[in-house]
Amino acid sequence: MSALLEVENLHVWFDLPDGRELHAVQGVGFALDRGERLGLVGESGCGKTTTALAVLGLLPPSASAGGRVLLDGEDMLAGGEATIRPHRWTDVAIVFQGAMNALNPVKSVGAQIVEALELHDVERGAAARRRTGELLESVGIPAARASRFPHELSGGMRQRAAIAMALSCAPKVLIADEPTTALDVMVQAQILELLDALSRELGLALVLVTHDLPVVAQLCDRCVVMYAGRVVEEGPVEALYHDPQHPYTRLLFAATPDLDDLDGPVVSIPGAPPRLDRPLEGCPFRQRCDRAFEKCVVEPPLVSVGDGRVAACHLVTIPREGSVR
Amino acid sequence: MSALLEVEDLAVRYPVPRGIVGAVARRPTQTVHAVDGVSFSLAPGEMVALVGESGCGKTSTAQAVMRLVDADEGAIKFEGRDLTRLGVRALRPLRRRIQMVYQDPYESLDPRLRVRQAVEEPLAIHGLGSRSERVERVRQALERVELTPPDLYLERYPHELSGGQRQRVAIAAALVLEPSLLVADEPVSMLDVSVRAGVLSLLDSLKRSGLAILMITHDLSTAARFADRIAVMYLGRIVEEGPASQVVRSPQHPYTRALLSVVPRRDPRERHTGQVLRGETPDAVRIPSGCRFHPRCPLAFDRCSLEEPVLHATAAGHPAACHLV
Repeated sequence: MSALLEVENLHVWFDLPDGRELHAVQGVGFALDRGERLGLVGESGCGKTTTALAVLGLLPPSASAGGRVLLDGEDMLAGGEATIRPHRWTDVAIVFQGAMNALNPVKSVGAQIVEALELHDVERGAAARRRTGELLESVGIPAARASRFPHELSGGMRQRAAIAMALSCAPKVLIADEPTTALDVMVQAQILELLDALSRELGLALVLVTHDLPVVAQLCDRCVVMYAGRVVEEGPVEALYHDPQHPYTRLLFAATPDLDDLDGPVVSIPGAPPRLDRPLEGCPFRQRCDRAFEKCVVEPPLVSVGDGRVAACHLVTIPREGSVR
Repeated sequence: MSALLEVEDLAVRYPVPRGIVGAVARRPTQTVHAVDGVSFSLAPGEMVALVGESGCGKTSTAQAVMRLVDADEGAIKFEGRDLTRLGVRALRPLRRRIQMVYQDPYESLDPRLRVRQAVEEPLAIHGLGSRSERVERVRQALERVELTPPDLYLERYPHELSGGQRQRVAIAAALVLEPSLLVADEPVSMLDVSVRAGVLSLLDSLKRSGLAILMITHDLSTAARFADRIAVMYLGRIVEEGPASQVVRSPQHPYTRALLSVVPRRDPRERHTGQVLRGETPDAVRIPSGCRFHPRCPLAFDRCSLEEPVLHATAAGHPAACHLV
């Protein structure tokens, strides 16, 4: 069976005011099965949010995208807005960081969900209002609060309302971009619990875009690690933590403080990611890598390292092991 | 070791604006009890972390220490003198000795000032040193925050620096006045994971050289790793306080236990839901009777809603405020 969502060789360029281009996403690919939970992680500027926006055709006008985004085998990017629109929200929905910006401040949350239901011809009138109540209840908001305005809700409740709205057309894929970043740890736990329950009960596939590795470790099955606009490693989350193949993955985990490891070494990764407004030579991570050697002046290809895992590092390159994607 | 900072029974309250309707209707003025009887001390060369969720009063406590807000009750003794009783003139020389680092180095640095100007500004404001002495002190401050050689950074603007470098510049601007106490409000939460450890290690080495640091954070993993002592706050009160490793390894208060249990671990095999508390921190206008935590406490019994527990010694050796310990 083919994957539910397949991203192939995705590129995104932003036009800069001075006429140059910023190559934000450089050939990203990954696949998502039904009900699967995938983490998309990396530092700010690595292209993870841009990738998510490109999948939904929500890039700003200054950006152009190339590559394929297959939903059930059909390329959503092939015909621009015309081929994406039928799928956006109905098949693939997104929840953003800081739900205050995603919700309309002058409409009650209930009215906004009713509007989404009617706009997409899911339900109308009284049926739409009833469905709104059910959606709110499903994310842990009492239906009676449908008349509340976004500013009357706490940060956690707003994020729940945004999730309810994203679920209004019963999508198969929910992309959550830093869904818990601005929230307190207890509210974060509540939202993670909710996403976990929703994906189990509705068979919803999740793409969790975040810089927070422990959140991915707790919620996701697999994880894509991005650096400088490309995928540098992908695999099951357990394998990534216990047996990272790319030095960046290993260092990213080591730099994350952990309550179960209070005496381990404190690691930081020196330097900063490379700028993407000029061509890169060699491995994009080599200046910051603790294992860089002569070969790294040539960019390593993303190769299979077994067990459904891929990594782009010369240290794992085994001759004759076929390149993937 | 004698204390550098002693906070005793600190209370900070804010009136809630009634609005025109409220004033005309003569509704009683409501009060937010942001900090309500907080005591702790800080010695030279020590780092204390105030941890808790939004609204627990940790930032108000820090602001009272900085005299950015007035204390309504209690004393803040710094180098033996009560800051709450000093006038503006008497306070001025002491202000140099207490400096603050803010959360967001993208906002706390003036984008129009070069690094040299930003770090020199506090010296100019306090009228310290001649031109050449100031330049020398700026260089020393940059060296202390490991921006070396200083000449590489002196003439740069903030936009030419990475997030981690900006936060180092902000720390240099705080250090140039040679304070004995540094208040750091979420010093790394806006930074990428890869550089957080570097900034925290810097704070750690400054601490080892004798600086006292009061860190405000919601991140228990960071507090556990870097602070000497942790004070857990809930609704304006400290509910547990002690050596960082002890508080983390044998938490006594049910709130501390719940908070620690939901912090995501980076090892996917350590997946557990933890003790997810329902609801969010109640607002500090209507503080629950008895123990403030009892409406959300999984272990609450009849005494908890009637009688407020005080901080007292527990079997673990550090104090907590709970009837059960």
